Amino acid sequence: MKVQSAMFYFPEEVIEHIFSFLTHHPDRNTVSTVCKAWYKIERLSRCEVFVGNCYAIRPDRAAARFPGLRSLTLKGKPHFADFDLVPPDWGGLAGPWIEAMARSCPNLEELRMKRMVVSDESLELLVHAFPNFKALVLVSCEGFSTDGLAAVARSCKSLRELDLQENEIEDRGPRWLNSFPDMCTSLVSLNFACLKGEVNLKSLERLVCRSPNLKCLRLNRAVPVETLAKIMNQCPNLEDLGTGSLLADQFSEAYVSLISALQKCKKLRSLSGFWDASPLCLLAVYPICANLTGLNLSYAPTVQGQDFINLIQHCVKLLRLWVLDSVGDKGLAVVASACKELQELRVFPSDLFAAGPATVTEEGLVAISTGCPKLNSLLYFCHSMTNSALITVSKNCPNFTRFRLCILEPRKPDPATNEPLDEGFGAVVKTCKNLRRFSISGLLTDQVFYYIGKYAKALEMLSIAFAGDTDQGMTYVLNGCKNLRKLEIRDCPFGDGALLADVTKYETMRSLWMSSCDISLRGCKALATKMPSLNVEIINEWEAEMEENLNNGVAEVISNNNNKHINNGNDERKVEKLYVYRTVGGPRTDAPDFVWTL
Amino acid sequence: MSPPQDHHFAGGGGGGVVATGEDLKETELRLGLPGSAPHDKKLGLTLDLLPSKGFASAGAKRGFSDAIDTSSRDNGGVLFSNAVAASGSASSKADASAAKEKGPAKAQVVGWPPIRSYRKNTMATATNQVKTKDEASSAGPEPKQNSNSCLYVKVSMDGAPYLRKVDLKLYSGYKELSIALEKMFSGFTSGGGKDESHSETRTKDLLNKSEYVLTYEDKDGDWMLVGDVPWVMFVESCKKLKIMKGSDAIGLAPRAKNQN
Repeated sequence: MKVQSAMFYFPEEVIEHIFSFLTHHPDRNTVSTVCKAWYKIERLSRCEVFVGNCYAIRPDRAAARFPGLRSLTLKGKPHFADFDLVPPDWGGLAGPWIEAMARSCPNLEELRMKRMVVSDESLELLVHAFPNFKALVLVSCEGFSTDGLAAVARSCKSLRELDLQENEIEDRGPRWLNSFPDMCTSLVSLNFACLKGEVNLKSLERLVCRSPNLKCLRLNRAVPVETLAKIMNQCPNLEDLGTGSLLADQFSEAYVSLISALQKCKKLRSLSGFWDASPLCLLAVYPICANLTGLNLSYAPTVQGQDFINLIQHCVKLLRLWVLDSVGDKGLAVVASACKELQELRVFPSDLFAAGPATVTEEGLVAISTGCPKLNSLLYFCHSMTNSALITVSKNCPNFTRFRLCILEPRKPDPATNEPLDEGFGAVVKTCKNLRRFSISGLLTDQVFYYIGKYAKALEMLSIAFAGDTDQGMTYVLNGCKNLRKLEIRDCPFGDGALLADVTKYETMRSLWMSSCDISLRGCKALATKMPSLNVEIINEWEAEMEENLNNGVAEVISNNNNKHINNGNDERKVEKLYVYRTVGGPRTDAPDFVWTL
Repeated sequence: MSPPQDHHFAGGGGGGVVATGEDLKETELRLGLPGSAPHDKKLGLTLDLLPSKGFASAGAKRGFSDAIDTSSRDNGGVLFSNAVAASGSASSKADASAAKEKGPAKAQVVGWPPIRSYRKNTMATATNQVKTKDEASSAGPEPKQNSNSCLYVKVSMDGAPYLRKVDLKLYSGYKELSIALEKMFSGFTSGGGKDESHSETRTKDLLNKSEYVLTYEDKDGDWMLVGDVPWVMFVESCKKLKIMKGSDAIGLAPRAKNQN
């Protein structure tokens, strides 16, 4: 009691000052639970909020709790939405959040959103409601057009960052770039690489000219080499460049100009783009390779074979490399010998549908692991993998924090032994004590889940597809992985037994996704009944479809609270898609008709 | 508890079966009636389209793709090893029954391989341009993958518990689509699909179209029999597909449609 009363007399300013050293948001979340006084101090002084699931809390509540908010990060749709597993119009709307912030958090400066649906109107509201707005980062979002971008450009007095990564943006013409006012000179980072259409090149050049602080610039494919050269000449301090189209004729003025411009950019550390790159343009890049820490060639199918080898062998300081599998095992061997500092490697499939000769196999991965012992993050698409390769890789690289291996053909065994890949992936979890993210593929039995449950104690996110034999597999994971936050499963034979094995576990996690598994409506209802603090949502397009058919094509409006489907008929019906997440926001009020909250 | 999964994920990435001697034998093309080879699931409407080449090397698989892939470029390539996947378990791998897939059918799995749509769409255009540059002349008709997007339509089937989706742009004609759909839904018709001979009969029924009929809903909301209009026109106007029992589809006589 004495201690408690002593705390009441402890000046708030001092506590606040102490809290200012806590930047990691889980830490801030923790201190806010100590007592009411700390809760209040913490919430009023909080500047950054991270909401990993936009439906975990109502926007109003979040905005009211943190009125001093300056930076908000939001994630919307489940991860598997990236792969078309979530129907359009599922949700993840940014509008309510922006509106709530507009009402309660006038100091908002930064908004980062991933997999959310943003409308042009929301973007308008965003730039008008927040006078200090500085940074907008949109990753894998949709629902807006270049008109929305124009609104952002036009109205932000001191826009520092406009970063558009892999969004679906409706292109309504190139004029949005003109919307940056002449007095806008504050840009530090501009990324419009994902825009598919033309841009106004003159406007672009003028914009770059008046942005002396520009450090990161990522152009889209419509920007030709001539413009790139002009731009590079204007910003020798550029650190991160995404090229436009790198198609240039031999000895053209543009090409010559590009070479000299690039040589002036002593601070350039990261390169991406390389659209349509001709070997000649690659030559121009050699002189800066030695200082590169990041290189993204994953949209450049023209860079392969000897061209790739010539390029990569100069990149001795590379930390991060993204490539296509067309570089082949041979290309990866060169990476292994040249890029000794490599920490992150992503190898994407170049051709999804034909087994080309120059793709990568387990040999490439083993070579990398041998040459690059600092590797800690891997995304690798390949046609086949062996247990022995995986065992070797994990011995060579015990520092993996992210390990994602995708064998293109589902349920493919080790071709050398015809066995499942349980031992290989098991070796990874046994050796890599810091593994936080894991994606597995190939032929896998319950055994691999036994290993994961037993050894992957730091694991936070697990992605499983076409794996396992019985409910026991999923149960191993739920029981063993103490730090699990996200579990996503598709096409596995896990049923109600697995789903209900440890229901309180889901309260410790952000979310669970299960699609095309063996769970039934009965099981999902049981989960919902036992755990009222979870939203148990079913996505059943089939049922909505049936309803439509029954009504001769006239789709009946099925409100979210209509229990007609949920309670009529057979509870043994299999559930197509299940999304379970913890929330303090109650059932969704914006769910479409194919999403049922149980 | 065996969900009919074995049959409908056979798709996705490109092959990759290591061509050992044994495998080569299994992938050897033969002319023959459906069901003549043991465990042979399906088939041969398209046998006559296939050249009877032998395979001599690991590169042969690619050669095969190229050989038959005259009208469907790039993404229309054939997936053989899917078949290996379709066998589902290590035990049936020995049969490599799947490796006997003879049609250029491509069954597919939504969302596999796990690549962001943005990347898929972008690479489709990037790759097309590369290949167009590389080719001296284009032998067959155009790449149907001209546009950037996939064209997913829902496929429902009377009695099946799940909807599926297919990307119409991956097929070059009705035969491919038909075979792909048969593979996708064969598990449902036999209520499990594990019994090979059983599904073989079922398949024959499907092939003969005595039991099921493939219909689609067009832009105007009318339900039509699939196959009446030219393929390209069909792809443009198809909104949904439905596999109906033959008896239910009697009202849908093929009719000449006035194109708008």
